Amino acid sequence: MSFAWSKPYEPTSALGQWMDSRLPLPRLVYGAVGGGYEVPKNINYFYNFGVLAGLALVIQIVTGIVLAMHYAADTTVAFASTEHIMRNVNYGWLMRYMHANGASFFFIVVYVHIWRGLYYGSYKAPRELVWMLGIVIFLLMMATAFMGYVLPWGQMSFWGATVITNLFSAIPLVGDALVTFLIGGFAVDNATLNRFFSLHFLLPFVIAGTVVLKIWALHLPGSNNPTGVEVKGPQDTIPFHPYFTSKDLFGIGVYLIAFSIFMFFLPNFLGHPDNYIEANALATPEHIVPEWYFWPFYAILRAFTFDFILPAKLWGVLAMFASILLLFFLPWLDASPVKSLRYRPMLRKWTYAWLVSFLVLSWCGGALAEQPYIIISQICTIWYFAHFLIIIPLVSRLETPLPLPASISEAVLKGKATTGAPAGIEDTGRGAAPTGPVAQPAE
Amino acid sequence: MVRIIAIFTGLIFIFVLVLGAVTGLIDAAGAEESASDKIKHECHKHAKDVNWYWEGNLGLGVLGGFDRPQLQRGMQVYREVCSSCHGLEQVAFRNFTELGFTPEEVKVIANEWPIPVASINPDTGEADTRPAEPADRVPSPYPNDVAARAANNNAMPPDMSLLAKSRPGGADYLYSLITGYEELPADFPEEAVQEGLNYNPYFHSLWIAMPPLLSDGIIQYAEGQPEATVDQMGQDVAAFLTWAAEPKMEERKQAGIGVIVFLLIATSLAYLSYRRVWADVKGH
Repeated sequence: MSFAWSKPYEPTSALGQWMDSRLPLPRLVYGAVGGGYEVPKNINYFYNFGVLAGLALVIQIVTGIVLAMHYAADTTVAFASTEHIMRNVNYGWLMRYMHANGASFFFIVVYVHIWRGLYYGSYKAPRELVWMLGIVIFLLMMATAFMGYVLPWGQMSFWGATVITNLFSAIPLVGDALVTFLIGGFAVDNATLNRFFSLHFLLPFVIAGTVVLKIWALHLPGSNNPTGVEVKGPQDTIPFHPYFTSKDLFGIGVYLIAFSIFMFFLPNFLGHPDNYIEANALATPEHIVPEWYFWPFYAILRAFTFDFILPAKLWGVLAMFASILLLFFLPWLDASPVKSLRYRPMLRKWTYAWLVSFLVLSWCGGALAEQPYIIISQICTIWYFAHFLIIIPLVSRLETPLPLPASISEAVLKGKATTGAPAGIEDTGRGAAPTGPVAQPAE
Repeated sequence: MVRIIAIFTGLIFIFVLVLGAVTGLIDAAGAEESASDKIKHECHKHAKDVNWYWEGNLGLGVLGGFDRPQLQRGMQVYREVCSSCHGLEQVAFRNFTELGFTPEEVKVIANEWPIPVASINPDTGEADTRPAEPADRVPSPYPNDVAARAANNNAMPPDMSLLAKSRPGGADYLYSLITGYEELPADFPEEAVQEGLNYNPYFHSLWIAMPPLLSDGIIQYAEGQPEATVDQMGQDVAAFLTWAAEPKMEERKQAGIGVIVFLLIATSLAYLSYRRVWADVKGH
C-alpha cells in the first residue's frame, strides 16, 4: 500500500476476483494488515502495543454489550443489578471482572504505546496526525472509563462523578449552569446515571471509528521504527503478514496471560473497596479517588493550591486539561529533525527523568491530599509542564544528535555484528550509531 | 511561534505552582496535627493476619477454596448473632447449598429462619409476613433504614452481603474487628472518649456503635465441631462473609487455572511459529 514494492493484491480464486470487482473489502484488509502492508523489519516488542490496544478495545466492547443485557441504569436498582450479574447471571462474574480489569489493562497498554511514541519520536512528520488521532482516542477513553465507573453506582462511582462534574463549576460565569446542564439536575442522580450509560455505550464506537482513521493515516507513511530513520528501500521492510501477524499473536498470548492473572486471581486489586458500598448521597467517603489510571492527572488537578488572580480550583482544571491538550502540539514543540531518542542523548536523559516524575505523580494522585504528597505533586507537576513546554523546545534546538545510520538495514546489520543481540530488541541500533552519516531531516 | 507560546505558558503554570508550594510549606510548618487525629494515629491497629483456608499453605490461594464446615459454622454465627441487626440482602437461601447443605436442609433452614419474610396477605391485601422459602433472599431485620437507625441509637448496621469486599483488609479486618474490643488504654485522653460508642482499635475512628456481642460459648456448634470460642466464631463468621461477598471464588479460580494453562500452551506454540516465520529475515 504505502511503498512501491508492496505486494499488490491478486485474488486467485474465482470468488475472490468476483468480489474484488464488486466490493474490494479483501483488498482493503490485505493492504491494511495482510501481505500488502510493508513494515520496517527492525521494530521491537514495543510495537506490539498498537495491536494490543485494538484487542483491548474489542474485549471491552464485547464484554460491555453482554453486561448491558443484564444491567439496569436506574439509581434504585443499578447497584443490585451489578450484584445480580456477579451472582446469578451465568458467567456474569467473568464478564464483569473482564470488563473492569480490561479497562485497567487497556490503559496500561495505551500508556506503554504513548511512551513508545515519545521515545522513538513517532509523533513527528510525517506522522503528526497519527499522533493527534491517538490523543483524541486517549481523551475518548478517559471519558468512557470515567462514565463507566459511575454505572455500578457504588460510593466511589457517585462521589467520583460528583467531584469530577463539579470541576466545570470552576469556569467563570457559566460554570454552575454548565454543571446543572451536564448532570441533568442539581446533584448527580438518575438523570446523570442514564446519560452516562447512554454515552458509555456510544463512545467506544466513536473510538473504533477514530482507530480506523488512525490506521488509515498511519499506513500512508508506514510505521516508524526504533532508529527513527525512514524506510529507504525493499531491504528495509518485510510484509505485515506473516511476519507481524505471527509476532502479534505471540504478544497477544503474553498479554492475555498477564490479564488472566489479574482477572481470575486478583480481580479487585485495581479497584477500590468503597465501590462495593451502594451510593449514598448523605455519606461522603473519607478519601475520594478516581481509578488508578487517572491518578497522574488527578494529582495535577490538586497540585494548584494558590489563588493567583484566578481561583486555585480553576488553575487546577486548566492545568489538568492543558497537560493532555499540550500533547497535540508536541510535533511542533520538538524542533529536532532526529526522531529516535537513541540518537538524542540529551533529550533521552530528560525524558527518562520526566518518566520518573510522571510515575511519582501517579503515586501522589492516589494518596491523601496532605503533606508531603502536595509538595511532591507540585514539584512533579512543575516537571511535567517544564518538560513538554520548556525543555523539549529548548533541548531540540541546543543538543547535538548522534550520527544516524544510513538506513534501517545498516542499523540492523551493524547491531547484529557489534552486540550480537537479535534485531527487535531495544539496543540494536546504538552499536551502529557512531559509523553512520550525520542527522538527516525527518522529511 | 508555537514554541514561544509554549515556553510562556509553561512559565505561568510553574510560577503559580511555586506560589502554591511555598505557601503550602509555610502553612505546613505552622500546622499541628489535631488532638483527635493524633490519638487515632497512636491507637489505631492494623488487622491481624489470619492464614485463611482459601489462601492455601503459601498464602497465594491460587487453588484455595472454602472450608465447608467453617462456612456452615459461620452461617450459624450470622443467624444466631449478627442477623438480629444486619441484613444479607444479596444472598438467597438457595445459595446455602454452596455451603454444603442439601436442598432439603436449606428448606428447613429457610422455614426456621428467625426473621420472617415480608409478604401480602392473600385475602385482605394487607402487609403480612410468612416463613422464608429457599427462593427468598435472606430477610433484613428492619423494614427500612429509618427503622434500622431508630433501633440502634441512630447508627446504621450495614448490610453484610459485600462487607468482606467493601472494607480494606477483607476477612482479616472483619475478624479483627469483631474480636478486637479492648479495654480503653489508661492514658487515653478523656475528651476523646465518645459516649454511647464502644472502643475498638481496629475501627477507623476507634469508636464503633456495635457493642461486643461474642463471648465464649454464646452459641453451641454441632457435635464434632470446634469449641465456640470468641476467636473461633470470629474466624468462622469472617469466612462466611467472605463467601457471601464472593460466592463464585472457587469457580473463578478453577476457571483461571484452566485458562492460564491453555494460554501458556497456545503462547508457546505462537512463539515457536513466530521464530520459524522469522528464521529467514536477514540480520535476525
